[in-house]
Amino acid sequence: MAKTFEIRWHGRGGQGTVTAAKVLADACLSGGRYVQAFPEYGPERAGAPLRAYNRISDHVIRMYCPVLHPHVISIADATLIDGVNVTDGAQDDTIFLVNTSKDPEKIREKLNAKPGQKVFTIDASKIAMDCIGRPLPNASMLGAISKATGIIDMDTLLENVKKSFGKKFAQKIIDGNLEATKRGYEEVKEG
Amino acid sequence: MGKIFAVTGNEAVAEALRQINPDVCAAYPITPATDLMQRFSGFISDGKVDTEMVLVESEHSAMSACIGAAAAGGRVATATSSQGLALMWEMLFIAAGDRLPIVMPVVNRALSAPLNIHGDHSDSMGARDSGWIQLYSETAQEAYDNAIQAFRIAEHLDIRLPAMVCMDGFIVSHSIERVEYLEDADVKNFVGKYKQVNPLLDLDNPKSYGPLILTDLYHEYKRAQHEVMTKVKNVVLEVAADFEKMTGRKYGLFETYRLEDAEIAIVILSSAAGTTKDIIDEYRDKGIKAGLLKPRMFRPFPFEEVADALKHLKAIAVLDRADSFGGYGPLFSEICGAVMSMNKKPPMINKIYGLGGRDYMPNQAEKVLDELVEIANTGKVNIIKEYIGVRE
Repeated sequence: MAKTFEIRWHGRGGQGTVTAAKVLADACLSGGRYVQAFPEYGPERAGAPLRAYNRISDHVIRMYCPVLHPHVISIADATLIDGVNVTDGAQDDTIFLVNTSKDPEKIREKLNAKPGQKVFTIDASKIAMDCIGRPLPNASMLGAISKATGIIDMDTLLENVKKSFGKKFAQKIIDGNLEATKRGYEEVKEG
Repeated sequence: MGKIFAVTGNEAVAEALRQINPDVCAAYPITPATDLMQRFSGFISDGKVDTEMVLVESEHSAMSACIGAAAAGGRVATATSSQGLALMWEMLFIAAGDRLPIVMPVVNRALSAPLNIHGDHSDSMGARDSGWIQLYSETAQEAYDNAIQAFRIAEHLDIRLPAMVCMDGFIVSHSIERVEYLEDADVKNFVGKYKQVNPLLDLDNPKSYGPLILTDLYHEYKRAQHEVMTKVKNVVLEVAADFEKMTGRKYGLFETYRLEDAEIAIVILSSAAGTTKDIIDEYRDKGIKAGLLKPRMFRPFPFEEVADALKHLKAIAVLDRADSFGGYGPLFSEICGAVMSMNKKPPMINKIYGLGGRDYMPNQAEKVLDELVEIANTGKVNIIKEYIGVRE
């Protein structure tokens, strides 16, 4: 079977987590790759915990079910660590990315991460407040994913953030999200 | 070579409809098909198509308006799901009986009660006897390709029957994946100009649709409908051959995967076939000769060809994403019909999976394959019909 790179997102309704998965899929299309992005559809209430998924592969993706053993677990809201089993199905070398102001060492402890698992943190909500004035962490989470995984280069990612946000928002919001994406890349910390 | 996008199944089929630019579209929103028609009506508002959109108060009216528009002489499309398709039920038979080549994407969704918006095949399986052609799609790409081919098939002068293009609700309709779009001109050229047959709007030659026919000729009328269904197969293959010439993408009556030298096989429709293929590869790596058959054309059902493809097997599992309560799953019944013609009938089991969008997980396919290995070894079937993926 072809090696497929799989990501699981944990977020809350209204945070832009599903949009993040979509933008990442769009960006990863480059270079002839195959992609999937899909949320787990629930009652879709703002603030309710949700999961979304990405698959990225050099080969046709045939699997149509939730990701069971993610290579990356991206947590857009750190309070979910207490309420949801975010480590479910993690592999020995899974990369965790958490939106928090706390140090990665603290989060590593909280997640009870194994030695081979990498833990990255990014204060994505603060960056979002600085850049767009609202606590929507998705753009800087994407920048951080680019740095932490190398799955997508920043130029392609920025181009797709611009394209995706450009459909709906004013130039100020687009610029803010581009800035947030760059800061996500620059400010992500490993512990 | 067309352009590649990351889009949802709904987006892809809406794009196909934009490229085809039907004359009339009458629709009523229902999850998960809403998003498809919403995108298409966006194309109308933006002037990208000149389709006349008829907004109606129910799906029964939507299909009624489609029937009227098609009888008038227009190329007509709509889309629906679940309760919407159920509400169309009486009009479906009229569209087929009047031989109106309406094309309808069906975004498969469970039926109430209990209320559920997620994907299973209960809706389109409920319409299997309505006289419509049914094509099932595994991926967004297949849904897009099938939608384009469906117009050619439905409108073929030997056929003139309505066609449903089915894709799994949410699993495909709302998931983003890689889809290659054809050029607008290629699609237009492929579907061709619409040819009117007995249009009501030809006022110089008045005619009537749906007259009363009693015991004198109704039976013969239905016999003719049966007859035309027997011709669909060749048209589907002919259209698929042309489509392959244009795109390189091969379609048939069904798809087989590692089936030629297989000893055991799973027969399954739509998106779950993809997941099953990955598990079949794992079993092949373990030395187990597993294969798959995925019907594309469910109505008319290609009994002879399916029988020929399955005849060498030692055990077959048919997985249904719909149930016929008190009977076997609808796909299983058809496979039984196909197997009936074989001299040596392989043992078969029927599994009901994934109702109301319950995820079809790799371990479900694994369990089924393990059971097939056992059946192939012993020749014994314990339970013919069983639900899988049930929470304990």
